[in-house]
Amino acid sequence: MNLMANLIPAAAEIFLLVMVCIILIADLMLSKSGKIVTYMLVQLTLLGCSLITVGTHQNGVFYAFHNMYVDDLMSDVLKMLSYLGMSMVLVYSRQYLMVRGLFTGEFMVLALFALLGMNVMISANHFLTLYMGLELLSLSMYAMVALQRDSAIATEAAMKYFVLGALASGLLLYGMSMLYGATGTLELAAMSDAISNGVQNKSLLAFGLVFIVSGLSFKLGVVPFHMWVPDVYHGAPTAVTMLIGSVPKLAAFAFVMRILVEGLQPLVQDWSGMLIVLAIASMALGNLSAIAQTNLKRMFAYSTITHMGFLLLGLISGGIEGYGASMFYAVVYMLMSLGAFGMIMLLSRAGFEADTLNDFKGLNHRSPWLAFMMMLLMLSMAGIPPTVGFYAKFTVLNSIIQTGHTWLAIVAVLFSLIGAFYYLRIIKLMYFDAPESHAPISVSSDTGLLISINGLGVLFLGLMPGALMSVCAVSIQQSLLLH
Amino acid sequence: MIFGLPVISVTIWLPILFGILVLATGDDKNAPLARMLALVGSVLGFLVTLPLYSGFDISTSSMQFVENHDWITRFNIHYNLGVDGISMLFIMLNSFFTVIVVLAGWKVIEKRVAQYMAAFLVMSGIVNGVFAALDAILFYVFWEAMLIPMFIIIGVWGGPNRIYATMKFFLYTLLGSLLMLVALIYLYNLSGGSFDILVFHQVAIPMSAQILIFIAFFFAFAVKVPMFPVHTWLPDAHVEAPTGGSVVLAALMLKVGAYGFLRFSMPITPDASHKLAGVMIALSLIAIVYIGLVALMQSDMKKLVAYSSISHMGFVTLGLFIFNAYGMEGALLQMLSHGFVAGALFLCIGVLYDRMHSRQIADYGGVVNKMPVFAAFFMLFAMANSGLPGTSAFVGEFMVIMGAIKVNFWYAFAASTTLIFGAAYTLWMYKRVIFGAVTNHHVAELTDLNAREVLIMSILAICVLGMGVYPLPFSDILHASVNDLLVHVAHSKLPI
Repeated sequence: MNLMANLIPAAAEIFLLVMVCIILIADLMLSKSGKIVTYMLVQLTLLGCSLITVGTHQNGVFYAFHNMYVDDLMSDVLKMLSYLGMSMVLVYSRQYLMVRGLFTGEFMVLALFALLGMNVMISANHFLTLYMGLELLSLSMYAMVALQRDSAIATEAAMKYFVLGALASGLLLYGMSMLYGATGTLELAAMSDAISNGVQNKSLLAFGLVFIVSGLSFKLGVVPFHMWVPDVYHGAPTAVTMLIGSVPKLAAFAFVMRILVEGLQPLVQDWSGMLIVLAIASMALGNLSAIAQTNLKRMFAYSTITHMGFLLLGLISGGIEGYGASMFYAVVYMLMSLGAFGMIMLLSRAGFEADTLNDFKGLNHRSPWLAFMMMLLMLSMAGIPPTVGFYAKFTVLNSIIQTGHTWLAIVAVLFSLIGAFYYLRIIKLMYFDAPESHAPISVSSDTGLLISINGLGVLFLGLMPGALMSVCAVSIQQSLLLH
Repeated sequence: MIFGLPVISVTIWLPILFGILVLATGDDKNAPLARMLALVGSVLGFLVTLPLYSGFDISTSSMQFVENHDWITRFNIHYNLGVDGISMLFIMLNSFFTVIVVLAGWKVIEKRVAQYMAAFLVMSGIVNGVFAALDAILFYVFWEAMLIPMFIIIGVWGGPNRIYATMKFFLYTLLGSLLMLVALIYLYNLSGGSFDILVFHQVAIPMSAQILIFIAFFFAFAVKVPMFPVHTWLPDAHVEAPTGGSVVLAALMLKVGAYGFLRFSMPITPDASHKLAGVMIALSLIAIVYIGLVALMQSDMKKLVAYSSISHMGFVTLGLFIFNAYGMEGALLQMLSHGFVAGALFLCIGVLYDRMHSRQIADYGGVVNKMPVFAAFFMLFAMANSGLPGTSAFVGEFMVIMGAIKVNFWYAFAASTTLIFGAAYTLWMYKRVIFGAVTNHHVAELTDLNAREVLIMSILAICVLGMGVYPLPFSDILHASVNDLLVHVAHSKLPI
């Protein structure tokens, strides 16, 4: 295979890496007030990446670097959405970071490195590539959480994140090594074939699978491997929380798809049983704990746990329906959480974080439009039509009922009823209570526009969800059935 | 077609569009403009339903004015609308009441007028959508979306305990809806990939599944009706809601539940409906008798009318589950009539509340001395609520009792006690509030109805009397659809 054929599937990542290096150096030359240039460069990089991803897209599945890397429709769609998500994160957080003196080259470079890690995860076809992408993402995240050096709570969060994250990586690596021992390969498709042809040492395979699922659960943050999620969400600067809580979910989805669905498909009976337990536990504990939270970031942390549990349901049911539903869910979740964290940052000012429930009291008096946007986002999170969150739940429920797990669907809807309470509580605070503070809300034009697009987008996708649903289903179909 | 646009879509989207326009008028500086726009929107919203009546063909039971477009092709979900005799009347009732509600809130609502009016207009469109939807997911979307404006209406403009009431209202109804969603998706898979309600009507379903589906639907619809024992949200919501909210709750929201039984439970799971009819009848009779007694003991006027609503809705569910033409047609007429009567009673209480800011019966007495015109209207509606012949309520109740007597004498006997209890609690309340000497200086300062209120009351009085004296136009429209439904329900749908 010639060099160019190898490089084309990874062209966007190569461009991204080159740009990160250029930005890193360019940033050194810029004065403190010139950081806006770095910011523009980063946005241009994201634009360039998306152009390259679209430009190099071809129908079919392409492998590169001795089957370590894959370029298929699913990876292209997820990458495009990641660029979009990352770009939104940066727009939302610009003002917030500037006020706090965190609007530095480091933040943006680390964000791009994280994005590179995600892209590698999305396109990996080999356990080593997967692991490399994951570590690149995780290391960037650890550093970003600790970016606010003088904040004790942020440092604590970073420490916890790092220790538990390293443990999870260890579990994953250990699991991978066992699978390697059992099958003699680390390449996903080859591993799948090896397992279906019969493996000598079944117990090694089983242990490997358990370690892998545990490691994945840590990274996804599902119960009982969720302990780090609330602390990290709470401790990190909101801009970083937003980054952790939104875009990487797409990469996490791809990661699970690559390992469990492509690599360990013959063991589907075993891992889907484990996922059922994890999913139910996540929905139960996430929803119940979220009710008790007074800090909004912690509440959203528990809500993430719940949503990840729901996402697992799609993987449990399997097939194009199920995986497509999970992918749709991940995309929708990213949009909703971007908006929700965006709103927290919009309401924050210098020296003040609008991250408790009371800060949302009476928002309708202070700014009816922002309150309306937040209402749309919360209704969407609760899964109430006519917002897109409903269809995310709908597709997942449909896939599990189709595969005969109707009881699981009933459990899921009962827990989402409990979940509806704490989303409604935010609407209640905004609309029914009197405001505690009358400080004017200053919204810069770019974030104001973005939150409006985000909120109305949730409504619009709720009225016309067909296209996005089809994109997800088709990309799963084209990526999985071809081999 | 209206100006080249499909009729039903216009009845749904026109009020919503006006709702958005009203919202755009901004804060309370522009309140007069918001009120005018809302009135124009609601009147137009009612006018565009008239072609439904004039163009309606009473000889057929099939869906009319059908609009069917692809919506979400991946799941074969359609934007599928249509009306039959049952749903057409409710669409008109709903659009009619939106005008009344806008008028009723004209002066009383002073804070955030635009949001108040917009919420009602948007809800009006959504409720029309519930009645017209022929696709299960479209129905579900409207059904849930309906909760959002009501949640806001009770929560923002309601009484002191409004937050508890609105949360309870929302979560109670959401529980039922989510179970219904599971049932709908199950049916989708059973029917081989269609969400068309009329297709659901034809699908063969084994008995065990029918019973589970029936129970899921029961949760969704019984909560809305509300049937005993899931009625406890209603008194809270009614008491705390602003007058307009109570009117819409009583006149429309409760009807949606009974409509669900007609459109979903009975035709989709006829065998389970027959099998569980005994339970449904028992619950209905408990509602009629027990809740009637509970109403007798209320000291709060709104609560009294709320309990009386539950008791009257017991008649509706009784009429539906005795499976004969008298019962079903009676139930539907009772639904329409209850919309007028309960709506009117809540408006009457609203009139008093606006002046006195109290709903306690004990705070009143001798109101007739100060408000003779009001007392006359209130008298008429109180009589209608107790089922006096010549008012709309009599027709429905009489027919349901007729239907019940054919099935079992004791059903009819228990049901007819409502004529006594209903008269007792309504007239006793009336006596304590209106008659006697003026009890305190607040009552002494009362002023009688103004022109706007007289207008509202007169319109409703005409409806109540008109439907009572000459119900034929209503029952004619219902006839074909009811007969078709009865034939449908009589056929077993168990797989052979």
